[in-house]
Amino acid sequence: MGNFAANEGLSIFVILVWLGINAFLFVHFYMAFLVERWFYTRVLLGHALSWARAPAACLNFNCMLILLPVCRNLLSFLRGTIQCCSRTAARQLDRNLTFHKLVAYMIAFHTAVHIGAHLFNFEFFMDAQLDRNSSLLPFILSEIGTGDNASFLNPIRTNETSPTIVMFTTIAGLTGVVITLALILIITSSMEVIRRSYFEVFWYTHHLFVIFFIGLVFHGFGRIVRGQTAASLKTNRPDVCADQFEDWGNNGSECAVPEFAGNPPMTWKWVVGPMILYVCERLVRLYRSHQKVVITKVVMHPSKTLELQMKRKGFHMEVGQYVFIQCPSVSRLEWHPFTLTSAPEEDYFSAHIRIVGDWTQALYEACGGDKTEPQEAWKLPKLAIDGPFGTASEDVFRYEVVMLVGAGIGVTPFASILKSVWYKRIQNNQDVFTKKIYFYWLCPETQAFEWFADLLQSLEGQMAEKGVTDFLSYNIYLTRWKETEAAHFRVHHEAENDPITGLKQKTLYGKPNWDNEFTHIASKHPGTKVGVFLCGPPQLGKSLEKQSLSHTEGDVKFIFNKENF
Amino acid sequence: MGKIEWAMWANEQALASGLILLTGGIVGVAGQFRGWPFAAYIISAAGVFVCLLEYPRSKRAKGTSVERTGQYCFTVCVKSFGPLTRNYYVRAFLHAAICVPGGFMLATVLGCVCLGIASLIYLAAAIRGEHWEPVLPQKETTRKTDPVSVRNPPEMPPPRPPPEVRRKRVDDLEGAAYDNPIPVSDK
Repeated sequence: MGNFAANEGLSIFVILVWLGINAFLFVHFYMAFLVERWFYTRVLLGHALSWARAPAACLNFNCMLILLPVCRNLLSFLRGTIQCCSRTAARQLDRNLTFHKLVAYMIAFHTAVHIGAHLFNFEFFMDAQLDRNSSLLPFILSEIGTGDNASFLNPIRTNETSPTIVMFTTIAGLTGVVITLALILIITSSMEVIRRSYFEVFWYTHHLFVIFFIGLVFHGFGRIVRGQTAASLKTNRPDVCADQFEDWGNNGSECAVPEFAGNPPMTWKWVVGPMILYVCERLVRLYRSHQKVVITKVVMHPSKTLELQMKRKGFHMEVGQYVFIQCPSVSRLEWHPFTLTSAPEEDYFSAHIRIVGDWTQALYEACGGDKTEPQEAWKLPKLAIDGPFGTASEDVFRYEVVMLVGAGIGVTPFASILKSVWYKRIQNNQDVFTKKIYFYWLCPETQAFEWFADLLQSLEGQMAEKGVTDFLSYNIYLTRWKETEAAHFRVHHEAENDPITGLKQKTLYGKPNWDNEFTHIASKHPGTKVGVFLCGPPQLGKSLEKQSLSHTEGDVKFIFNKENF
Repeated sequence: MGKIEWAMWANEQALASGLILLTGGIVGVAGQFRGWPFAAYIISAAGVFVCLLEYPRSKRAKGTSVERTGQYCFTVCVKSFGPLTRNYYVRAFLHAAICVPGGFMLATVLGCVCLGIASLIYLAAAIRGEHWEPVLPQKETTRKTDPVSVRNPPEMPPPRPPPEVRRKRVDDLEGAAYDNPIPVSDK
């Protein structure tokens, strides 16, 4: 439970505060339209007025929030500032996309309520115009402003129209339709199926948000929601005059004809700040894209993995961070995220890119992947880098004993960590707090081993040279294999180097028995705090968390860290 | 954007439109808007029909298909209409026709426009030659290769452990034993 609170507490608090503000705004603005000023409007519309205005206020709030989590450079700056005070708080900023999605769902929900209420409003306004009977208050109210067009209450001015036509001929109605369409298109193209398969469709359609925000700002310019003016409230008090509507403006009556005016548009006040911040964010990305990035080395790994080693002036990274890479010759508009696999101690930074789609395939060809001879340096494509982003995984270095578990491609951030620990330990002669690392790599196929195996091989070699062989203990688990491969493994069982990886430590088959592993580590390191870090599927996370809790007994403590890689 | 299957996005858009049509129709009925009996009935029926038609996802031409929860029975229903549901031109035209009545009542105008857009995306998919394939559970597993190889006489000797293991070790008879890597049968 303590683990849960430490890992999730702040997130839950933020969500509760956000929901609380939504609820408060909803109720506050609902009540705000139940006052005297809106009495006559409510004669026409009833409570549908409040039901439309309350979600409108929530929409203002949420549309203000939605741009903020995607200003990644701003977040990066904030993270740097907060990180010195509280790493937990800094890590919340890594959940920005989750928050962005939550706010989007809330916008969709409030849009639905808002539109539903306005459907009723249009219908009621139309009803008031159609029942043309002078003994009905709604009709009298609708007639106000017919001759002079000065201070009408009912935006539907004639009975020879229909709600649909009115919707398309008012600013509010037209902008409403446009922005709702934009919102629906954005949402349907952001479904996980589409996003994971065709990132380009998702990314380009998402830019409809520009139309959304422009329409949103102009949505209230028609001042279509009208209430009694303050001056008019003095000459026509609704509680007295409502029943005497047939006498309004007549000599001897104490009630003048009421006058109405619309509210000034408010939305721009909410969203102009974030819009400016987002424009700055895009300008920063544009500036970054013009900073020179030099590719110093390109390595083609057999497992359809491309390694790019790069340099950029003033680039400073920490372990476990990621960057966005853009290649203008492949696509001018796409930036794709990749985890950094180099350590901060190296003089270059690198990313290992798996070739899985259009963009990565084109990048591979641009770097000369399909050619057999090495490329000239000047032929390599120009790149742009945005970042680095992400909370540094420095927590790893705070434990004396560390268990790192990576599944499949999830091993990538650990490449950076392992290299960094190694450099700290050996080259800088620093006394690193971390004394022992247990590394587990679970992989479904042999092909993905290749580039990481190279790294482990070189680490193994260096450790043997320095005589420090028990610092790192790694276990590679092959979780799927074919019959023919199994035969090969069996035959080479006795060989000194592992047949798959070429490493001295043999590959193990199947899934690890975590119970045994945890017990083994607990027995070898009594009285210590062991940090457990995972980059992999959530089910594995759950089982590791359970094991950590159950093996935390006596003096050895397993602390499961939900790092957000 | 070379490899996109437009039908996937059209499917999401059409399903969303169906739900919006349905909601609009329900609001129209609940609010007793003008023209509600005729329009709301048509729209709700159209909304329900579109949702049922669009719920089962098609099998992708490339890559793994992710099914929606419980879509198997819908798949069977939709499949039974044969070429009418397989062809995306038919779907594009059908959606365009269904969306028109929605334009007459304010409550369903939004659903009408969304379905119109979905119809256009389906048209793009049809022009690119896509079609709807049912996602059926795979009943047959491809286990044909193993029995075949046993029937033919082996052409190469079986793999043996390296010579140093094969050499007879009289001092360690237990360790000298090894299992054959490939299962040997009498067939």
